[in-house]
Formats: sequence, C-alpha cells, structure tokens
Amino acid sequence: MPDAMHDALHAAPHATPHRDEHTGTTTTGHEWDGIRELNTPLPRWWLYTFYACIAFAALWVVLYPALPFTGTGLLGYTARGAADADRAAQATAAEPMLARLRAASPDEILADADLRGYAVAGGRVAFANTCAGCHGAGGQGNPGFPNLADDEWLWGGSLAAVERTIRHGIRAPDDEETRTSMMPRFVADGLLTSAQANDVAEHVLSLTDRATDKAAAGRGAAVFAENCASCHGERGEGNREMGAPRLSDQVWLYGGDKATILRIVSYGRGGAMPAWERRLDPATIRMLTVYVQSLGGTEPAAQ
Amino acid sequence: MFGIKFNHGHIERNLILLGVLTLITVSIGGLVQVIPLFAVESTIERVGGIRPYTPLEQAGRDIYVREGCYTCHSQMVRPFRDERERYGHYSLAAESMFDHPFQWGSKRTGPDLARVGGRYSDDWHVLHLRNPRHVVPESIMPAYAFLDRPLNYGDIGQRLATLRMAGVPYTDEMVANARADLEAQARPAEDASAFAARYGRARQMDPDGDAKAITEMDALVAYLQMLGTLVDFSEVTPERLRQQ
Repeated sequence: MPDAMHDALHAAPHATPHRDEHTGTTTTGHEWDGIRELNTPLPRWWLYTFYACIAFAALWVVLYPALPFTGTGLLGYTARGAADADRAAQATAAEPMLARLRAASPDEILADADLRGYAVAGGRVAFANTCAGCHGAGGQGNPGFPNLADDEWLWGGSLAAVERTIRHGIRAPDDEETRTSMMPRFVADGLLTSAQANDVAEHVLSLTDRATDKAAAGRGAAVFAENCASCHGERGEGNREMGAPRLSDQVWLYGGDKATILRIVSYGRGGAMPAWERRLDPATIRMLTVYVQSLGGTEPAAQ
Repeated sequence: MFGIKFNHGHIERNLILLGVLTLITVSIGGLVQVIPLFAVESTIERVGGIRPYTPLEQAGRDIYVREGCYTCHSQMVRPFRDERERYGHYSLAAESMFDHPFQWGSKRTGPDLARVGGRYSDDWHVLHLRNPRHVVPESIMPAYAFLDRPLNYGDIGQRLATLRMAGVPYTDEMVANARADLEAQARPAEDASAFAARYGRARQMDPDGDAKAITEMDALVAYLQMLGTLVDFSEVTPERLRQQ
C-alpha cells in the first residue's frame, strides 16, 4: 500500500496530518507533553502476506468443503473419501504379496524365504496391535493367557491349528465355529465334596511329584479317574480336542500351586479368546500364524 | 480503498458506526459456529444396528464418566489410514448419537476405545482393570480394583428417563423394566427373553464371575465390551458414509 494511502487511512479526519520532521512519517495526532506518537506504516512484507492469506482463505472455501449446504467444494474432497483412497492405494501396492499369502498354505509360506520374511514382518506388527495385550509383547503369555513361545499347546500347535484358533477364537461369544469346552465347577455345583476336591488336587500335584499328603493323593486317584480322566487323560496327559491342559508337566496357565488347583477344581475355569476372522483379513491372519511359528513354539503339521 | 470516510480514524471516532460494525463482525463468528448445526441431521449416517445403551451398559458408562476415563482415552477413530489399521473402521456420527455426554475425548495417553468391544475377553478386562500391570507390564494406567464393590443401580429407571428427555429413544417399557433388564443382563443363568426383546443382540455376561453380586466392574466391562460393536460394517457401503 502506498504511503500516501496509508496516511489517508490512518489520519484523523478534518485535520492536516502532522508530519514528524526527523523520520518524515505522519503522527497519529496524539500528543503528551510535546511527545507525539508516530504513525509508522506496517512493513510491506507483512502487509502483503496478510493479503495473500485472505486470498488463500477465499480460495480454500471454494475448493474444500467449508460452507454448510454447499456440497464438498470444487475438489470434491471429503476426509472419509481421502482416508478410503489412502487405504485403497496401500492395499493395491500390497496386493501382489497378500494374494500370494492367501493362496499359499502356511507350510508353503515357511518354505519360501521371500513370503516368510514378509509374513513375519507383517505378523509382528499385527501381533503387537492385536495379540500382545493378552499374550505379552513377545508372546510369553501372562497368568491366564497362554505362552505362545513354548512347546505346550492347549488346542494344538500345528500351523493349521493355530490359524483356526486365531480365526474362530476360544469360547468367543460371537462365533459359531469357535473352540469350546467347559471345565465343570465340581464343588460349586455339588459334583464333588470339598474333601474329594482336596484329594484330587493332591493327586494332580502327585503327577509332578509334588504331593504334600501321600494318603490324600492315593484317595484322589480314584476321584481323578472318575471325573477328570475323560478330558485330562488317565495320567493327566491332556487332550487337545477339548483344550484340556496337560497336568503332568510344569507348565501352568493359572499357576500350579495347590490353592490354584483347588480353586479351579471347585469353581472351574474357561479362558476366552476373541474370534478375529471378522476383524482381520485372511492375509493378516496367515501372517499372524507364521509370526507365531517364528516365536519358536509350533509343531510340524504331522502332529 | 474504501473511500476516505471509511477509515480507521473515522470509525474509531464514531461510536454508533463502531458498534454496528463490531456487531456484524462478531455475528459472522457466531454464525460460523451455529449454522453447521442446522445441517446436523444430514451428517448422521443412516446405518443399522444402533440402539440405546442397555441399563447395565448405561450404568457402566456412568462409571466411565465418573472415573474420568476420557481424560486419557478417546472414543473417536479418525478417518486416517493409520488409525483404521490400528483401531478399525473410523467412527460414525451415528455411533455416538445417544451419548449424553459424548466421550470422544481429546487426548490419548492410553489407546482409543471407540472399537475396544470384543477385542479382549471379559476376564482380561477384569484382570486389567484390577491391575493393568498384570497383563500389560509397561502400562501406566492406574489400578481400579475398587470397582469390585456392589453396583448402585436403584435409580437406573430414573437415569433412563432422564436420558429420554435428552432425546434417547427409551420406551416406557424400557424405563419401567430398567432394573429387571440390568439384572437379567448381569446374570447369564437367568432367562433373558424379555431383555433380548428390548435390546436385541446385547450379550448377557458376568465378567467377574461372582454370580451373587452385580458389581461396578460388571457394569463397566459390559459397557467396554459393546463399544463400537453395534454397526455391522460388512453391510455398509462406503458411498453411504460419504458426508455431503
């Protein structure tokens, strides 16, 4: 803006603007004991940037959806459309690998170094977001949530079994093909007396040579054979068809002390895992399966 | 530019002109905030599955508000690819149409919870609320073990009636049976056909496994487990979600 126009805009009306003799700039007309206030114009660079901002805002309002009842603006932009497009572009870029993952069986993926590397990398990210909350950041498990890095498997440790567990979950409320079984509440529902529960807990301890009361453990053997062996096996070897844990080793999901065993015999247990089939796409589930294998615990398909 | 009369010096010396121009300027600012509200009907997507909270979920929601969960957890998945990858489908306006007050939040010290429902088991939520470090060692969330106390739900009917005044479509039947519905949902062993008739797919659950008592824990977990699960996105086309 030319100085003359600036002067005209800021000068007091009906008065000849006073001009400061040292700077040549007009003053505002305010005066305190002979001291006058300079009416220094704004720096040009600032002023023109300001005008450019106003012009930019006007352009923005036309191009983008800024005014109500006027649609999406000339560019047709919506935040949701942009997010969908971003996602579609990423899906297209990843599609060649994802299609190969979907087509290959987990064993074929393991045999192919390229696919395996891709699946483990993708599975690691998905595991951190989806599984780590319960199974721990390294798959090491938490009390009540199984360790995925060891050799103990409740429902089977082959790649196919692991994949099925991820897809349909365990006791998942919203999946009809979910893995399910129920440990009875033996004492709470009156199937065993407290004394019998104590005996059978001693018997379970005796399977790993930890019985504290040999006589009770002996009495518990009959109770075990009658009530527990059909799922957990005659010698407590477990049964993966029913997700019944092996009781004859030192791996315990909830704890292997007597109090914990007694509590489970009395009140039952039944951990749940969500079914991921409807939340994750098939390729991600396959990548997770291969990633779990890479943690070190899965078994060959033959088993 | 505007003529010599329409300048700073002139406006600032003319009280009425200054007042009128100030009023116009402030009105523009106000209208920018108010006018979009006239279009609010067109921003709520017409999707199936949205229902009012069940009495148990509403009681849990009241605990969520009471404990200030929103100060660390948002309930708003924004339409970005990264958020969609992590949390699931972006939030819809329809999904919080019955929220009074809404819990969108503005800060994520913890993760977004808009789609937390069904991501974990009921057991996990109970263990995690009692002591988050039990399942997530690096968590800095406070422990809420005190939620294992009995839930106070004597006034649940009045709470639903109050929400109805704010526009939530609770029927007279829902308000009258609020107490019974709350108890039916929290006791899986009980017959829940009347409850199911009113609230559809809502799940019966007893997260803490204590069949005798209905606790605050039960209510809060019931609320968390339904968050973001009402809309079946396999039936929703992207075109229907494009807001005009």
